[in-house]
Amino acid sequence: MTRETLIDVQHIYRHYGDTCAVQDVTFQLGKGEVLGFLGPNGAGKSTTMQIISGNLAPSAGRVLINGIDILDDPKRAKAQLGYLPEQPPLYRDLTVDEYLAYCARLHRVPRASVRSAVDTAKERCGLKDVGRRLIGNLSKGYQQRVGIAQAIIHFPKVVILDEPTVGLDPIQIREIRALIRELGKEHSVILSTHILPEVQATCNRVQIIHQGRLVYHDTIEHMAAQMRSSSLLVALRNPPPLAELQALPGVEAVETAANGRVRLRHAPDHNPAETLVERAVAQGWGLHELIPEYRSLEQVFMDLTCGEAPQPTAQEAA
Amino acid sequence: MIFTIASRELRGLFLSPLAWSILAVVQLIVAYLFLIQVDTFLELQPRLLHMEGAPGITDIVVAPVFANTAVILLLVVPLLTMRLVSDEHRSRTLSLLLSSPVSMTEIILGKYLGLLAFLLIMLGMMALMPLSLLVGGSLDFGKFASGLMGLALMLASFTAAGLFMSTLTAQPAVAAISTFGLLLMLWIIDWAGSTGTEYSGLFGYLSLLRHYESLLKGMFNSSDVAYYLLFTFTFLVLGIRRLDAARLQH
Repeated sequence: MTRETLIDVQHIYRHYGDTCAVQDVTFQLGKGEVLGFLGPNGAGKSTTMQIISGNLAPSAGRVLINGIDILDDPKRAKAQLGYLPEQPPLYRDLTVDEYLAYCARLHRVPRASVRSAVDTAKERCGLKDVGRRLIGNLSKGYQQRVGIAQAIIHFPKVVILDEPTVGLDPIQIREIRALIRELGKEHSVILSTHILPEVQATCNRVQIIHQGRLVYHDTIEHMAAQMRSSSLLVALRNPPPLAELQALPGVEAVETAANGRVRLRHAPDHNPAETLVERAVAQGWGLHELIPEYRSLEQVFMDLTCGEAPQPTAQEAA
Repeated sequence: MIFTIASRELRGLFLSPLAWSILAVVQLIVAYLFLIQVDTFLELQPRLLHMEGAPGITDIVVAPVFANTAVILLLVVPLLTMRLVSDEHRSRTLSLLLSSPVSMTEIILGKYLGLLAFLLIMLGMMALMPLSLLVGGSLDFGKFASGLMGLALMLASFTAAGLFMSTLTAQPAVAAISTFGLLLMLWIIDWAGSTGTEYSGLFGYLSLLRHYESLLKGMFNSSDVAYYLLFTFTFLVLGIRRLDAARLQH
């Protein structure tokens, strides 16, 4: 990667007593990238994010934010990052304006530009109409947005969001996702979640952590390539003997699936769909369903975290 | 940065009914004590007139009121310090401060100064009562100032101890009760020394009360002032260390 590296995490470990929550996690994140951080509950996502944000000290290893070690020079490193913890750190007895102004001051935004920083953050997070309301009286969705506004108020280079869409309704989730994509243009964003479609919708890199270890780390394009179809699900009204389907060029294996359907496994670069359709029309097999199967992110996730054999499912109808 | 946190702390106090009710209750009780002392003075006044080198109004009214005020503050300060850090722990707002570019020292000092400013406002209101005596008489300003300074130093120490206790726990009530226990213990610790054992010197020095008594008599002794400053400094450093350590061990 030739782009500027903003987050450099090197071999971090974190122990809680005897349990090791994070083991040997290493990764880099460049400018303008959105990293989706996935993992089951208790896998060490939040711990890792707390370490990167300087809320926890790692038992071993280093974290560099824009080249500055967060343990050696915490003030300068923390000035470059905005962090939204799992539970937004909101003072319920302040109004949104007061709270954001306080956050801006805490992050050393000069007194003269606090107002404009607050206005910009409110604008970006859709908080224009609630500036004078008490945070404690806002709905969960708005509180979450105030939490995000707090994390971006000082235009940090790195934004860390721990489960930003938890507890939101579907419309709000879409808005927050759009906001995250928008943030990804100018900031580096790390986003933790256990909602898989969220990663596909917002991130350009994926990372899966399981039992404290990184088990998967790749760009979303590579991941999509891995998930590409390697089987077809077919429903025929007058099915021919299986041996005849097996004989189609490119087909590697034939299995019967539920409801009288048949699953054809094929090589990734050799799709037999075309020949199958021609043959079905010519011989009157009564083809009425043809579904290319994709491995979903969910499958990749399950494979990595549960050690189960891959099981393709229908995701997209052709 | 310290003042940003301090002013947020001070304004936050006035947003909660707790601070207002504490101000009101303390003011009421101190006013009552003050009236009793004034009454005593009026009773004694005819006899004092004939006495050579008789105690003045500062000795009879101001010193006892200040002495009793210290006990009331011993009860009240833990209620104010208890939520300084433990509340932030509990409502998970501490991570805002921890991920901001501020040092632990700035966080602790900011919170400390914010609450101290509130308590000094309270002290200022109490000082108005003895000052009202100026309408009909005169005060010994040396003794008055030394007593007031003693009370201010006492408040500074109470607050530092309470702040430290508040960093230890996420339960404000636990912080309050342990602060109260610690302060009361230090208040009465010299009782053990009164029997004249070999430790009496040490216990006497540790006692919060003994250093205060001499200031109330108008004796300004730098070792008394040093005691309160050391006490405050020690607990502030402990608080900073404690907050720093919270990142390492959970």
